[in-house]
Amino acid sequence: MTLIRLLFAFALTVAGTSSGSAADRSIVLASTTSVEASGLLAHILPQFTAKTGITVNVVAQGTGKALDTARRGDADLLLVHDPDAEQHFIDEGHGATRRQIAWNDFVIVGPSADPAHVRGGHDSVAALKAIAAAQAPFVSRGDKSGTNAEELRLWKAGGFTPDTLKPEKWYRDIGGGMGQALNAASAMNAYTLSDRGTWLSFNNKGSLVITIEGDAKLINRYDVIELNPQKHAGAKLGDAKIFADWLVSSDGQQAIGAYQVNGTKLFNPSAASPK
Amino acid sequence: MNEFTEIVGLSIGISVTATLIAAAISLPVGAALAVFSFRGRRAIVVLINAFFGLPPVVVGLALYLALSHSGPLGFLGLLFTPSAMIIAQTILAIPIITALVQRASERAWARYGDELTSDGASRFQAIPQILAIIRAELLTAILAGFGRTVSEVGAVILVGGNIRGLTRTMTTAIALQTSQGDLPLALALGAVLVGISISISATVFALAGTAKIAGSDEV
Repeated sequence: MTLIRLLFAFALTVAGTSSGSAADRSIVLASTTSVEASGLLAHILPQFTAKTGITVNVVAQGTGKALDTARRGDADLLLVHDPDAEQHFIDEGHGATRRQIAWNDFVIVGPSADPAHVRGGHDSVAALKAIAAAQAPFVSRGDKSGTNAEELRLWKAGGFTPDTLKPEKWYRDIGGGMGQALNAASAMNAYTLSDRGTWLSFNNKGSLVITIEGDAKLINRYDVIELNPQKHAGAKLGDAKIFADWLVSSDGQQAIGAYQVNGTKLFNPSAASPK
Repeated sequence: MNEFTEIVGLSIGISVTATLIAAAISLPVGAALAVFSFRGRRAIVVLINAFFGLPPVVVGLALYLALSHSGPLGFLGLLFTPSAMIIAQTILAIPIITALVQRASERAWARYGDELTSDGASRFQAIPQILAIIRAELLTAILAGFGRTVSEVGAVILVGGNIRGLTRTMTTAIALQTSQGDLPLALALGAVLVGISISISATVFALAGTAKIAGSDEV
């Protein structure tokens, strides 16, 4: 019986410490996976926390799920990259202000053997058509992420819809994150669409190389979205605004621009002149 | 404290806590299910055994919906905290520990039941004595519960959110490293996870062995 009392005391201590830390100034940021997987947030958040004392707890989920998390009231701020889904979120009344913090671009990566003969081109839609014509394996995220949405926009421009793609054997919908898609593409010698940040920091490239880049259609915009106080009164909107303001401030923009992987800048700060 | 020790410490802290809470509930309940006979007891035992195979991701999803701010327990503000992960793991460990305790208690009750109640002691009073008799099996039950909690990823990644420095455990870190293509690092973390589980089990068994010898003439 003493033992059981001891166990409860221990459990209460643990419960106490975790709710105690919630009393500190902290916000939950629901974000796309790329800003975490690329290492950007790990690079800039300590600078913000040191300056303001606010801890930013990042739940990296992919844009579709991140927006859902915020809709449910489980996040205080959003950092995402799907302009259409973001607009929808704002139109529903969940989001208040949206500001672009940075941009980079998407690339189509594929096996160096390049069975669809698209390597070196700059026209993403033409490349997808060639991949389809060659029936070369293509990995789709299939997870309603920002990258998945971009991929489907490109297919649509080429005359393909999800319904026409799904029955195809070469079109492989893996329902996973960017890293999982790259792992799958690497294992299956398939093409896939990736954001450049995740691609550059990814360590299991195998025979994958960039096949298409530099198409204006492939621009990838990252936005910070503050929630509408009328729908999300329970969220920590004050501290969330402090972080959002910091991201677009010269300090925040400098921190974003300074982040490099192997000497390459991954994100171009663009708060002053949105792309 | 570096990130690695932080992750290992959090994993063990959460799983040990969850296992202890689960044990505090499961030990008396498991023994009671063996000692008392009442209508529906069999059904409860079958149900608990069926929950052995409770898929962690389903527990995680249900708990996620319950703890979400738009869910019934949202006011607690527990989503994406270590507490939520402890709750999830406790739910996963309870059926395993309860079922194993119930089975061992049933055997002990069949053998010592008359003896334990012969001096007028109630069945309720017999529960601690049954638990004392089966203490070696209790250890196995608790370690099985710990093994379930420390190794699962589906539930904790949903309710914890894999937040760096707050809710990132070894299993969710492995999932993240894999998604970044850092397969060697993920594998190394996996090896550490396996090593830690083995050492904890070995330590507990070693301690229990000593205790059993010291108290051997009691049985």
